[in-house]
Amino acid sequence: MSTSRRKFLKTAVAGCAVASLPLTAFKTLSPAEAKASIGNDKVRWVFLVDIQKCVGCGFCVKACKSENEIPYNVPVTRTWVERYVITKDGKSHIDTPHGGRDGYTDPTIREQDINPDDITKAFFLPKLCNQCQNPACVQVCPVGATYQTLDGVVLVDKKWCIGCGYCVMACPYGARFFHPVDKVADKCTFCYHRINKGLKSACVQACSFGARLMGNLKDPDDPVTHTIMTQRVGILKDEYGTKPQVYYIGLDERVR
Amino acid sequence: MVHGMEWTIKELFVYPNEFIYWSIQIVMYPYMTGLVAGAFVLSSLYHVFGQKDLRGIARFSLVFSLALLPTAMMPLQMHLLQPFRGLNVMFTPHFTSAIAAFGIVFSTYAMIVLSEIWFVYRKFFVDQSHALKGKQGFANVLKYFTYTVLTLGAFDTSDRAIAIDKKGVKILAGIGIPVACFLHGYAGFIFGSVKANALWMSPLMPVIFIMSAVVSGIALCMLTYIIIMEWKKFRAKLAKGRGDESVKELGGVEIDVITKTSRYLLGFLIAAISLELLDLIFRGYTAMKSWDILRDVMFDTDFTKIFILQYGFGNLIPFILLLIPKPSIKRMVVALILVLYGVFMMRWNVVIGGQAFSLSFEGFMHYDLPIIPHNLETYKEGLFGALTVIVTPFVLFWGINKLVPSLRDA
Repeated sequence: MSTSRRKFLKTAVAGCAVASLPLTAFKTLSPAEAKASIGNDKVRWVFLVDIQKCVGCGFCVKACKSENEIPYNVPVTRTWVERYVITKDGKSHIDTPHGGRDGYTDPTIREQDINPDDITKAFFLPKLCNQCQNPACVQVCPVGATYQTLDGVVLVDKKWCIGCGYCVMACPYGARFFHPVDKVADKCTFCYHRINKGLKSACVQACSFGARLMGNLKDPDDPVTHTIMTQRVGILKDEYGTKPQVYYIGLDERVR
Repeated sequence: MVHGMEWTIKELFVYPNEFIYWSIQIVMYPYMTGLVAGAFVLSSLYHVFGQKDLRGIARFSLVFSLALLPTAMMPLQMHLLQPFRGLNVMFTPHFTSAIAAFGIVFSTYAMIVLSEIWFVYRKFFVDQSHALKGKQGFANVLKYFTYTVLTLGAFDTSDRAIAIDKKGVKILAGIGIPVACFLHGYAGFIFGSVKANALWMSPLMPVIFIMSAVVSGIALCMLTYIIIMEWKKFRAKLAKGRGDESVKELGGVEIDVITKTSRYLLGFLIAAISLELLDLIFRGYTAMKSWDILRDVMFDTDFTKIFILQYGFGNLIPFILLLIPKPSIKRMVVALILVLYGVFMMRWNVVIGGQAFSLSFEGFMHYDLPIIPHNLETYKEGLFGALTVIVTPFVLFWGINKLVPSLRDA
């Protein structure tokens, strides 16, 4: 009996080793690694927001929602516009009702009336995924369902995401959310499906004021790259070390 | 409906995509993992270090830790928006993620527990198989078949074979201790490494989690030990009368074990509280950008939950109750229940408290725990989902105990 047990154990160990081989094969085919080869490494997509030009109309939010099939009446959104009103007492009054989708026609901020004479400065601030150089969301995804393309855009594999929400928690910008219909993590893709065909992203196309622009950082002749290289631009939440790639002209220290 | 919308109440300025995404199931996850680790460590104290007075409880806590095991995984599974894809973590583990290795660590631990139980009960399986051989009746045939399969074909019950079994148990219990601690410290790392979250991000998080896990594990095992001993005393009283020697003897052993174990509990409790206070003081002293909002959460919105329920009822009162000389069983039971509650509140304040403020540091979010579920989501992420997780180990234990009677000689 003991000999046959030994034999049984030997066969079992060998069997386990053989059975684990396909798992190793899976490892090399993990979506993150396989899909990281997507894109063009001669391109680094960047976004430029000129805060001085934004009027808070919300057309970009509307365009994004319809282009990317984010239900219109749910509060989540891939891009949004915040309103900042700073008063003489040094307080910031910030809001973004429906992500600024319907524009800012009402002067009350969170049911608070602000006397126009008390305002020292006010501006609108468009936000979207920063397509970070060092994305925290990609680092924490346990299954590799979110990945970075060669041209720097972070995408989500909707068929592989398990919906754990770790990426949502890891993003310092609040750019990620759960898609209300697909029930997986969702985020701005810079309209990857459009920009790869030479089209503008939905929000850039919808902005009549030129407040939103996109370019290729690896092309020195690109006008957006030229602006980033030659003018004073800022980025959001530098302290997290994520190296965001959405640049802002006219960024204020009040911005959160 | 967006995930999180049903139980999140926003106040002041919060980014549009922010909700309480990690709700009660993620509170349950580190809590149950801690209990698993604690129960296993207690059984190992007997198997590895030969603490004789723990002999009765060692088998119980080993089998109970097996029953608790699935409940460490269950809250995660219930929390996933795509539960059927949960296994993807095993297919394509993305090792830069702190969650990726959970399946591997967890299965390693599960295999250790299962093999240890097999070694402990192998002789029992063989005996049962022999005893039931040739008996009539469907139940007997089924039981015979089950026990025969459980022996895995190893019918040798010679002294040499039994000695090898014991050695196997010792080795497995020895390996199991660091793996159990790792399993739980790992849960702390999952939170501590989220740099976007000002409350979670702390290198102390894994250590704080391990300490509180040991505290909750010891407390649960002491409590169950008391329940078992009281049951035995009750049976002895019924059989032999109140004044019988055996009743007194049982009571003496019980208070002795509880007094000894409570010293370990006190030690770990002090370590856990010191680390948590160090973390708090350090945050206040360094006063980084996030301190303004953290202070608002800690000393204003969540003051009751943190300082009254967690530190007061969960730490200070049981600490005093454990310190008072001449311990009594009743006082111990109160102290232990409070300790278990305190650790639960600590998990709650970390997980929910970490999401109580906006990433913009300009607003707050409140978690409105769904009580009566009106759809699957509010069930899973509400009170009844959490209760399901709590009840499961007891149901499983009842089932497992039918096959491997862990209470027979307890």
